[in-house]
Amino acid sequence: MIFDAANAHTFLDALRFIGDNPGFLATKALEQLELSGAAIGLALAVALPLGIVLGHFHRGSGIAIGASIVGRALPSIFLIAAFLTVLGLGFENNMVALAVLGTGPVLTNTYLALDGVDRDAVEAARGMGLSGLQTLSRIELPLALPLIFAGLRISAVTVVATAPIAAYAGGGGLGDVIANQASYRLSGVLGASICVMALSAGVWAALLAFQEALTPRGIRAVRVHAATSNGKEIL
Amino acid sequence: MSAGAGPVIPNFGQGSSCVTGDHFFCWGWVKQHWGDTLGPALVQHMELTGIAVGIGFVLAAGLALLAHRLRRIEQPISVLSALVYTFPSFALFQLLVPFTGLTYTTTEIALVSYTLVILFPNISAGLDAVPAEVMEAGRGMGLTRRQLLARVEVPLALPAIIGGLRIAVVSTIAIATIAATIEPKGLGYPIFYAIALPTPFKTEIYSAGALTVALALACDAALVLLRRAVTPWSRARS
Repeated sequence: MIFDAANAHTFLDALRFIGDNPGFLATKALEQLELSGAAIGLALAVALPLGIVLGHFHRGSGIAIGASIVGRALPSIFLIAAFLTVLGLGFENNMVALAVLGTGPVLTNTYLALDGVDRDAVEAARGMGLSGLQTLSRIELPLALPLIFAGLRISAVTVVATAPIAAYAGGGGLGDVIANQASYRLSGVLGASICVMALSAGVWAALLAFQEALTPRGIRAVRVHAATSNGKEIL
Repeated sequence: MSAGAGPVIPNFGQGSSCVTGDHFFCWGWVKQHWGDTLGPALVQHMELTGIAVGIGFVLAAGLALLAHRLRRIEQPISVLSALVYTFPSFALFQLLVPFTGLTYTTTEIALVSYTLVILFPNISAGLDAVPAEVMEAGRGMGLTRRQLLARVEVPLALPAIIGGLRIAVVSTIAIATIAATIEPKGLGYPIFYAIALPTPFKTEIYSAGALTVALALACDAALVLLRRAVTPWSRARS
């Protein structure tokens, strides 16, 4: 537990590994981002439309909120292993497994965001003669955007943070280095772990900044909370 | 790493045709290896989770009560919590190894960190959400600060606190599978083991995974029942 000289040495070695192999680590990081990006894209393609439809019609709260609970209960290594047995070794199995993990937050937040849009605002829009689709695109979606984006942020960080585990199923990326101490030694494992941490913290910070910029000034003061059936989860 | 260690042709057992052919699911294997693989892994998993959530809850409750008095420290702790939650478990476990080795302590430190960062914001939010009028009324009735906390704030915050516990327990059960990269314990170990075999062994992956999910959902349901039992007023209202 104590940070003694031996530990300091171990971490210096890890930093040296990063300093000695910047190109190699960057390639691995890019591999990981590529896999994560594909998975997030797939998750969005499924969860966004579904969440928008369910939220707009105020239907299916069980599915929308249950998706988060089940998604949280599914261990990443189990999903990765399970899709490995179905889709074989490579890119697709990991992409699908990570996409499943990323679906829950987007679906739940999109549903809650649209379901929670002020009914008076929607009434007013309908009264002004806007059609259902116009109400959705001009009133509901803009108001729901910050919360939807918060869901995307959680989902993206979850996927990027889980992607290293895909190395156990041929996913490549920085996880390859962490899972292979025999080749890269402790310094490589720790160096890659530091890179993985920096990568997910970086993605989180970048998306948070983007979300701030995206939020209309009028509602920026309100902190974004999502009331789930679990009580309050701060996003 | 630790997956792939162990006997050479081990969990395949004496191999029925189902097992040697790696069919979709072999009940026989599950029955045969419940006693030496799945059962103990399930118990270890509950232990890993229970200790992590227990310690995490005590720490989070203490911190939240402190932050409730000293509002200044709430914001920094919340930001730190959000940041820690972005740490990939796989990497965090490895980074703790130089300090605490390939031990139970390493896995528990990481798991406690995750439960702490889930529980703290939830308990804090629950305590802060108590309506000002209710607090006024309590003060008007002559309750001291401590009495207010015990009789008004904590009971009203219970749904949020249990909500946080649900998230923490379910997440920890899932994350604890990754602890198998440090120590061959818990339901993650059979999965890491089976995936590292020349042909990933389906039955072992599916059965250990299903057990993990079932454990998580059962704990979640138990906490919902607990919430109903301790907040009878919320049931009367709805």
